[in-house]
Amino acid sequence: MKRAVTISVNGVSHATGVEPRTLLVHFLREHLNLTGTHVGCDTSNCGACTVWLDGMAVKSCTVLAVQADGSEVTTIEGVSANGELHPMQRAFHETHGLQCGYCTPGMVMAAIKLLEANPDPSDAEIRRGLEGNLCRCTGYENIVAAVRAAASGVTV
Amino acid sequence: MAIASEQSKGIGQAVHRKEDRKLLTGKGRYVDDLKLPGMQHMAIVRSTHAHADITAIETSQAKAMPGVTAVLTGEDLEFAAGVPCASNPTGEMVHPVRPPLAKGRVRHAGEPVAVVLASDRYAAADAAAMIEISYSPLPAVVTPEEALADGAPRVHEELDSNVALVLAHSTDNVDDAFAKADVVVKQTIRNQRLIHVPIETRGVVADWNTASDELTVHSSTQVPHFLRTFLAIVCGVSEAKVRAIAPDVGGGFGSKLNAYAEEFVAAAASRKIGAPVKWIEERSEAMLATCHGRAQDAHMELAATTDGKVLAMRAHYVQDYGSYLQMLTPLISQLTLLMSPGAYAIPEVDVTVTNVYTNTVPTDALRGAGRPEATHAIERIMDILALELGMSRTEVRRRNFPQEFPFTTAIGLMYDSGDYEGTLAKLLELSDSKADFERRRQEAAARGKRLGRGLSTYVEVCGFVPSDVARSALGLTPGGWESSTVRMHPTGKVTVITGTSPHGQGHATSWSQIVETELGIPFDDVEVIHGDTAFAPYGLGTYGSRSLAVGGTAVHLAATKVREKARLVAAQMLEAAADDLEFSGGTFSVKGSPDKSVTMQEVAFRAWQAFEMPEGVTPGLDETVFFDPPNCVFPFGAHGCEVEVDEETGKVEITSYIAVDDCGNVVNPMIVDGQVHGGVAHGIGQALYEGAVYDANGQLLTGSLVEYVIPSAVEIPSIQTHRTVTPSPTNPLGVKGIGEAGTIASTPAVVGAVCHALGVRDLDMPLQPETVWRAMEKGGTA
Ligand code: FES
Ligand code: FES
Repeated sequence: MKRAVTISVNGVSHATGVEPRTLLVHFLREHLNLTGTHVGCDTSNCGACTVWLDGMAVKSCTVLAVQADGSEVTTIEGVSANGELHPMQRAFHETHGLQCGYCTPGMVMAAIKLLEANPDPSDAEIRRGLEGNLCRCTGYENIVAAVRAAASGVTV
Repeated sequence: MAIASEQSKGIGQAVHRKEDRKLLTGKGRYVDDLKLPGMQHMAIVRSTHAHADITAIETSQAKAMPGVTAVLTGEDLEFAAGVPCASNPTGEMVHPVRPPLAKGRVRHAGEPVAVVLASDRYAAADAAAMIEISYSPLPAVVTPEEALADGAPRVHEELDSNVALVLAHSTDNVDDAFAKADVVVKQTIRNQRLIHVPIETRGVVADWNTASDELTVHSSTQVPHFLRTFLAIVCGVSEAKVRAIAPDVGGGFGSKLNAYAEEFVAAAASRKIGAPVKWIEERSEAMLATCHGRAQDAHMELAATTDGKVLAMRAHYVQDYGSYLQMLTPLISQLTLLMSPGAYAIPEVDVTVTNVYTNTVPTDALRGAGRPEATHAIERIMDILALELGMSRTEVRRRNFPQEFPFTTAIGLMYDSGDYEGTLAKLLELSDSKADFERRRQEAAARGKRLGRGLSTYVEVCGFVPSDVARSALGLTPGGWESSTVRMHPTGKVTVITGTSPHGQGHATSWSQIVETELGIPFDDVEVIHGDTAFAPYGLGTYGSRSLAVGGTAVHLAATKVREKARLVAAQMLEAAADDLEFSGGTFSVKGSPDKSVTMQEVAFRAWQAFEMPEGVTPGLDETVFFDPPNCVFPFGAHGCEVEVDEETGKVEITSYIAVDDCGNVVNPMIVDGQVHGGVAHGIGQALYEGAVYDANGQLLTGSLVEYVIPSAVEIPSIQTHRTVTPSPTNPLGVKGIGEAGTIASTPAVVGAVCHALGVRDLDMPLQPETVWRAMEKGGTA
């Protein structure tokens, strides 16, 4: 039995029916075709699925779509406006903070919220803040550098 | 080669990647992002036993579930061949046949037995849960020790034993050297079983058009052309009707250097139901069914003089193959054999590898593929030798470095170029002095921490591989060349089509840099196509740190060919002799009269028009080169790190990490550093955190990312990267590979540091707190 939900995603309201067990990540990817949000595990470990739910970074594989009823969701597709990269995206580009790119949308979503909570983090605070997001390519060195660069506003 | 100007984005510049923007904005296209009309989702039911006969499969309930299109078992799908293996080191090894869907018997927990095709992934999973499979369990062998025991149950009944293959290489005077030696050290050094864990799991979308008999497969693969060939062979269809596409791929690390049962099953299922089939692997499935890596024990012995000169080495490895041969399973331990002496001139060697079947997931290439195993074993035993001799670990290494290059090892490999002293000297220069370290060590002891330092001096073999070597030394079915097309468009833009298949390595950027340097066409005017067999000449793909040394060289050579043809057209346009033209910054000009010139773009337009072409010159500027390298390449370096071990908990923290690598000339230093970072982190994962564990019945205990820990940003230290540059003589770019070096170097450096902290000879990885704590309890001293 489908349940009626109204979920605003990247500023667009979607009133639709979903099966109660549908995960938010599948709702985004398969119902709305917003495939920038990725799935990397089935145990809430990897963070590839990180989106913002009412302004908080959450793992969208761990939220049911029905729990997002009445909420505002932002995905990686909603982060940059008018073709301009968000400063965090720019920082990832300039510091080579991504390789295969699979963890990247989740990393960027988590990193932006990290800086909102702590605008001038130490390296250790950056590392702790991103503990829930796994990357197998970069060794994190340049991801940390990206967040540091975004924090100091030194990207061009 | 044109000289790079200041704004150049050519060879040597840290150019930001052109791949990034789509990946940063969620516009990448990975396999799971694909939707085709009428597409069905496949869920797989896997063996719950490590070894069993299948006695019955009950599918009627599953078939009746809503949304289900079909339920298929091994009896329903016909294949022309089993899952392929492309490696036969001695040429005499028997390859047991493995049907893509099990028939009658299963040989590891997780082997695919039946599939459901349904309208969405939830319906497919629901129905899969309703399939009932009855098994008659057989005794399983889970470890090589069990598999080698007398009377052990056999994994493959048709074979005489569980020994799949024995490899051996020895020189003549090993026993003499051991008899003469002042010191002999001995140690068993283990490389535990690992799981790759790219953050994107495997996935495939297979679309068999039953009217035209054309098969299009999108797969998260490192080797689309191999996949096409094997799909044709296994599914029994003309290779000319198969198109394999690697879209954006979310990491591989060797796990996607394969042609898997699931890819063949998806294709055959699509043919059966007449609709596209998508299979996206769950993470728990990936742990249970994607090939694993390492799983090798080394029994090492060194004979040396009191002044630290190694006279001989005995190395006896036991490699766990798992239950079947995947694409390159036998190659991995063979690479260990080849690199067993590491960075040292050891005159006498006696090396054997016993390769064993067990009822576990097959093992295959994992970042480094055989070389991390070799390096860990030789680096650890060199540390142990230093300890035995009371000599410093750097000194014992230094005394055994080869002094001249090319250097031919006792194994018969020719290391192309090197300066092992140089990287070690640079590492020492960058490291704290011994006195400083000792002072900090004492301070740390007062706060309950034990400090230790470790290093490794590695050399590795990559840039696979001269085709004749592929056959004669490695027993591979394919050769090791690579292809590239460089095509100039009438408007002066360039398309590069490469046979490499990047999944994070940034080939679009590096190949564009090569073209800018060779043709003077701006970096931003170059597009790189990869991963689609419909466009690309046959390419062997991306693995074994081969892409730049072999594929990048093919790009360089194709671009050079374009330039030399363009020179002829330019000469005609300028009414000059071709020999009288200079080429610089993308412009041909007449020597001595620089105002008489044409740009590469103008030449491309003229070549497309084909007006007044010089005698014998064909229209267009479009060249394809297949490059077969004359040798492999041998990157090397010295890595050092410092650790702090907590006496109460056994927790290890890496407090500093310095990498000095030499990968020859560098095309993009930013990308090279990134490869080192990622490689080092992967090797740290092996040293401290990761390990696949089976129980006595062959059930995988580390079946998710909760039990199998890959390091997060908290576990990985800041990694300092440095370089020396010793060009390779093997290719015209002078380059070597760097994708695996970090992984190869870091594991022994970290383990060495922990052993140093604890004052013990060796420890079995992973060095999780419990292991370290128990070692301290047993009485390791600071
Ligand atoms: S998919 Fe891994 S945490 Fe959500
Ligand atoms: S860039 Fe590949 S997983 Fe992070």
